[in-house]
Amino acid sequence: MLYREAGQFRTSYAQDSQIFPLRQDRIGIAILLIAAVMLPFVANSYWLSAILIPWLVLSLVALGQNILMGYAGQLSLGSAGFMAVGAFACYNLILRIDGIPFVVAVALSGVCAALVGIVFGLPSLRIRGLYLAVATLASQFFIVWALDKFGWFKNYDPAGVITAQPIVMFGHNFATPREKYWVVLAIVAVLALLAKNMARGSVGRGWMAVRDMDVAAEVMGFSLLRTKLQAFAISSFYCGVGGALFAFAYLQTVEPSAFGIDLSFRILFMVIIGGLGTIMGSFLGAGFILLMPIFLNIFFHTVFGKAVDATITSALEQVIFGVMIIMFLIFEPLGLARLWQLTKERLRLWPFKH
Amino acid sequence: MSTDKIFRRVVPAISAAAFIAIAAASTAATAQEAQEQYFGIPSSRVGPYSAMGTGYYGGIIDYLNYVNMKGGVNGVKLTYDECETEYNAARTVECYQRLLNKGDQKMVVFDTLGTPGAYAVIGRMAQDHVVLAQYGYGRTDAADGRVWPWVFNAAGHYWGQIAVKMNFIAQKEGGVDKMKGKTVVHLHIDTAYGREPLPAMRQIAKEWDFKLIEIAIPPPGLEQQSQWLQIRREKADWVTFWGAGSGMNSTAITTAARVGFPREKMIYVTFGGAEEDMIPAGDAAKGTFVAANAAPGRDYPLIADILKVVYGAGKGNMQNPDRVGTVYYNRGVGAAAMWIEALKNAQRIHNKVGKTVNGDEFRDGYEALDITDDKLKEIGILGMSAPFKMSCAKHDGSERFKMMQWDGKKFQILTDWVAAPDPAFIRKLIEESAAKYAAENNITPRTCS
Repeated sequence: MLYREAGQFRTSYAQDSQIFPLRQDRIGIAILLIAAVMLPFVANSYWLSAILIPWLVLSLVALGQNILMGYAGQLSLGSAGFMAVGAFACYNLILRIDGIPFVVAVALSGVCAALVGIVFGLPSLRIRGLYLAVATLASQFFIVWALDKFGWFKNYDPAGVITAQPIVMFGHNFATPREKYWVVLAIVAVLALLAKNMARGSVGRGWMAVRDMDVAAEVMGFSLLRTKLQAFAISSFYCGVGGALFAFAYLQTVEPSAFGIDLSFRILFMVIIGGLGTIMGSFLGAGFILLMPIFLNIFFHTVFGKAVDATITSALEQVIFGVMIIMFLIFEPLGLARLWQLTKERLRLWPFKH
Repeated sequence: MSTDKIFRRVVPAISAAAFIAIAAASTAATAQEAQEQYFGIPSSRVGPYSAMGTGYYGGIIDYLNYVNMKGGVNGVKLTYDECETEYNAARTVECYQRLLNKGDQKMVVFDTLGTPGAYAVIGRMAQDHVVLAQYGYGRTDAADGRVWPWVFNAAGHYWGQIAVKMNFIAQKEGGVDKMKGKTVVHLHIDTAYGREPLPAMRQIAKEWDFKLIEIAIPPPGLEQQSQWLQIRREKADWVTFWGAGSGMNSTAITTAARVGFPREKMIYVTFGGAEEDMIPAGDAAKGTFVAANAAPGRDYPLIADILKVVYGAGKGNMQNPDRVGTVYYNRGVGAAAMWIEALKNAQRIHNKVGKTVNGDEFRDGYEALDITDDKLKEIGILGMSAPFKMSCAKHDGSERFKMMQWDGKKFQILTDWVAAPDPAFIRKLIEESAAKYAAENNITPRTCS
């Protein structure tokens, strides 16, 4: 009833190829965007700096991983490594180029990560599937090792944990959680829109053709070299930008060990839980993996308080989180994005039965 | 109804109920009673570092409860909220933000029990007016109070600790001049914490002319065969071991035993040298040296009294009460005792006896800590913690450690509090490093006069 496309006719090619063909979707996105922009006026600094900023940033990284894994079908385990490249590139750009605006530094660090991504994407031309995952795993370890090993990347800081520079653009220092949130939101919104358009255009069709059957795609005229490396480059670009934002807007420190293998795995889970090959799923998956343990922790501490031993509740949280992941994979293997799609289909009829 | 349907109905209902409960509980929590002092406790009770987290934060919580049961701090009751960090820097930031405000109260002190977590929040302290009380860990050059007004380290930092250990080695070898040509391996977990002592150690190696070999173990460090074979190959005379988590720490001992490296030539870091790290290695652990900033034991009057008062009333935080009096537990009690002494100072300095203090006042109280032997005796931990005095410029504790040796069952304390042979040298390194940080980050150090 509410979500019904009946009566909405597309009368031109422009209308047919627009990004949100349904009026309800357009209204929904507009409301969401306005709400996201206005949110800092109601949310406190805990919500902004500890929940929303990391969620948006990790959604962006999951989006990058989804481009590579969900759309182009290249199983990769190096996303946290590419994040580290982005974070350190951003640090060095701001350190070594005077007065570089933060967005420019972030964009360039994305480019750095993309270049590294292309190099580590080369094996994908010869190997595929799980073997490629192992090959990209090497990138994860190599990048973190190299950043640790060569002092130049860290400006010879003895401890190896560098304080991230303030976020400065146009002579303004974006210091408060609210301002940081807006910076992150703007970057993530633009890149998500770009990803959506790439995914539904010829670029995305190339990725999906390679994913579904690379021999057939090659016969149809797609260059495997170009398509696969393009997917690696764009995916690493997203990871690099995400890494720079993660270090500068969230952690406020730059250190290699923040981008360890377990972060790579968590990003992989975000994509699988959220839904492979969906833009929406990247946001939902990142929300689930990042926020569910936090909500469980808050929930146990408020409900049981000090009545139950915190060691037991902390262990319980992990058990429950694990069970939830298994349940999701059993009941909805296509991910949270699929749940959202099913909800939309139900809404077409709701509140009527047929 | 099929199970599938049950799940579809029940799961949303449960989650909806859960969120309502959270919302209700958080609004209820805002109703505050006057004259309470709120503490945020970022504990790490799960994962590879859980032995550390449960002991240390258990000690802190027990001490807070103990103070409450004794009538509070001049009548001010202590309250706390816990948050699970899993010893992870990103989760520590989340916990910091979550614990920062509770109702109309603001957290005054934060203690991450971990160098990665400390580094992740250290930049937020000045703007949020929260004291970062590192207790024997964390960023070393923060001991320069001119650059880091909000960061303290009341239990000796890693540079002082490595200097004490090098001194201990030199003593065992028969003097500093005998160190020439010796080989010392710094075997460390590959994190900021593992690398933290290196700047000081490299300087000492240069000065004493011994060969320093740095070998890193990637976390979580449960596989160390190749590293120990390398140590064997290099014919190392001594190993300073900088691990984290009882899994890694006990693995080092068992692997050393396997390659035949004598445990009497291994010196463990404060955060790897506890009962939980030695016991899993069994007999192989016998002979291992450990530096301690909090001596283990239940005979200290305060620990004995906590057992009687808190555990006697069934309100102890330790799941296994036998762990009361272990290294990590006593260290937690020592850390919390410094919070409370700082709180007393803050109340006195700012004429707020019997009242809640804010972050600025608490900071002044912490900076005014003057822990003498008499004070330690009054608290009941004489011999457990080392005496020290803070000042505006000097934000580190005693820089003294006790050396202990594991005898297969418990730690034998070998020495009294030993200081670094040349504290001025370590201080010089600290001030240089802090000055570099200040210059890079456009901080004007405050003047201390």
